[in-house]
Amino acid sequence: MASLVLQIFAVTMINLRSIPQRLLLSISTVFAVALVVLVLLGFLAMANGFQRTLTGSGSDDIAIALRGGSRSELNSVVVRNQVNLLAEAPGIARDATGRPLISAELYLVIDAVKRRDQVKANVPLRGISREGAALRKGISLIEGRMFNPGANEIVVGQDVIGEFEGFELNQSITLGTGRWTVVGVFSANGSVFGSELWADAAAVQSLFNRNNVFQTVRAQLESPAALAAFKAYVEADPRLKLEVQSEAAYFADQASRVSDLIRRLGWPLAIAMAFGALAGALNTMYSSVAARACEIATLRAIGFGGIPAFVGTLCESMLLAAVGGAIGAAATFVAFDGLTVSTLGGSFTQVVFSFQLSSTLIVRGVLLALLIGFIGGMFPAWRAARMGIVEGLRG
Amino acid sequence: MPDNTLVRLIDVCKRFNKGSETITIFDRLELSIPAGDFVAVMGPSGSGKTTLLNLLGGIDRADSGEIHIGGIRVDALSESALTRWRGAHVGFIFQFYNLMPMLTAAQNIELPLLTRPGKDRRRHVETALKVVELADRKKHYPREMSGGQQQRVAIARAIVSNPDLLLCDEPTGDLDRATADEILSVLRLLNRDLGKTIVMVTHDAAAARHARRTLHLDKGRFIERDLAA
Ligand SMILES: Nc1ncnc2c1ncn2[C@@H]1O[C@H](COP(=O)(O)OP(=O)(O)OP(=O)(O)O)[C@@H](O)[C@H]1O
Ligand SMILES: [Mg+2]
Repeated sequence: MASLVLQIFAVTMINLRSIPQRLLLSISTVFAVALVVLVLLGFLAMANGFQRTLTGSGSDDIAIALRGGSRSELNSVVVRNQVNLLAEAPGIARDATGRPLISAELYLVIDAVKRRDQVKANVPLRGISREGAALRKGISLIEGRMFNPGANEIVVGQDVIGEFEGFELNQSITLGTGRWTVVGVFSANGSVFGSELWADAAAVQSLFNRNNVFQTVRAQLESPAALAAFKAYVEADPRLKLEVQSEAAYFADQASRVSDLIRRLGWPLAIAMAFGALAGALNTMYSSVAARACEIATLRAIGFGGIPAFVGTLCESMLLAAVGGAIGAAATFVAFDGLTVSTLGGSFTQVVFSFQLSSTLIVRGVLLALLIGFIGGMFPAWRAARMGIVEGLRG
Repeated sequence: MPDNTLVRLIDVCKRFNKGSETITIFDRLELSIPAGDFVAVMGPSGSGKTTLLNLLGGIDRADSGEIHIGGIRVDALSESALTRWRGAHVGFIFQFYNLMPMLTAAQNIELPLLTRPGKDRRRHVETALKVVELADRKKHYPREMSGGQQQRVAIARAIVSNPDLLLCDEPTGDLDRATADEILSVLRLLNRDLGKTIVMVTHDAAAARHARRTLHLDKGRFIERDLAA
């Protein structure tokens, strides 16, 4: 047993030290594997960043009510009667004067022009109640003031200004037949709300001729535990065909659908590329075995077993792949980690988020690299182990 | 089988397939070599000299017949048993030395010791280096040594695990006369002083004269000529 380990070690050393003789081939294998890992980790970091951005925006003590079966705000409908019933629900926090802290909201999209490429894209416009801003974590006005109730005034999320043209403070915007004015800019502390425009719900209702209709109701709970009572109340009342979730759960669900989609794009692409890298690895390792045929045969002649020849070749392949994986992960980190981009969100709107690598993702990338190395080394290693000694010595 | 016979071939047949035709290298070859002998094998190119060494060393298999070495019937050993047997009982010396270019002299010499359990590897390597008079070169790589020195390293590698039988395939084929003579005296020393049995294939009659006797291989048969006188 000890001697087997020694033999494996020796053959591996011999293989690794002979890599310079196949430097170009070996480098191209490393490069191909690195590229695969870069692509995979790029996608996974995108999915991860997206999910974390959205999940991070949600609180446990905020409840969101949507029409039953609506998976997103855009296709939900809540009518005014239902809003009034919800205002009476248990578990909802109230202010000093006893008014419930709820915000019945409209959620629509309007066209805007992207700064970078002048392309039209959708920006969400949210009609909220007076409490709307307070029902969201980390919102602070950084310029101007809040909109006045009933006025055609808009406050703009900070990220919108960076991405789109024409939303600076005091700009006027034409929506439908009306003219609206940007009266304030708010920061949303990195959350998805930073990509939205906010206005008074009543003003937005009349703009779009949707009086008495909302899409969601947002409520401040007395505590995260109060969600259960609120839910039970909604479920017990047949007039309230609504679904209640915590904001955190709602965002996690929204995010997972999009990030799953990103992952479903990323994996097949990376795997398709992995086949290319695998072909390269096989080619490199078969050349390695061919180049070392005489050395392998000599070792076999002086008493080395087939297993060390096998494992040594496999180690060379896995090492090349591991180096490629490490380079790919490092390159992803340098190129993508923290990179801020915007994309279409779960509700067909712009969401600004950052790529986020995590150790779990890096492990996945490196595992894929090692798998390429393993399969790419396996068959050549088998050839090395089975090679005829006489043929090897004859050269 | 007499007690002092180390190598004995009985009825050995060996054929190769070259495409559709089969060439017979040995047809019922008989050979016996006593322990402590130093045999030179000469013969025209393609007569099967290397094939003979490969059969003796257990890196090739006969089609039929028996090969007894040191009382072991090596043709009956399994692949893994044969591998272990080679590591312990045979030393190979090749025309082009077959050293690992990325290992130092000492590391090359140590290789056979890795194939079996045992301590004191360093001491065995030092001893082998002393026998071939290369103690001062142990940290050198093959490319830093002359052909003669590389062949000495190869000889040290062949003897380091103390095998009974040394198989040399044209060990001086790549060396000039003076260097060849040095290598041959090392082999003679191994034979005389350390009792190694040596089978050496050579094209060079002068080299063959260093052996105790010469076998001529021709058309798959041995013709013995005693050169002792
Ligand atoms: N693996 C093989 N496959 C097919 N033919 C082989 C094989 N090994 C040897 N031969 C043939 O067997 C014959 C004997 O080969 P061998 O190498 O033993 O000759 P040799 O006496 O050592 O010749 P040389 O003096 O040139 O080294 C040759 O005709 C060779 O072509
Ligand atoms: Mg030959």
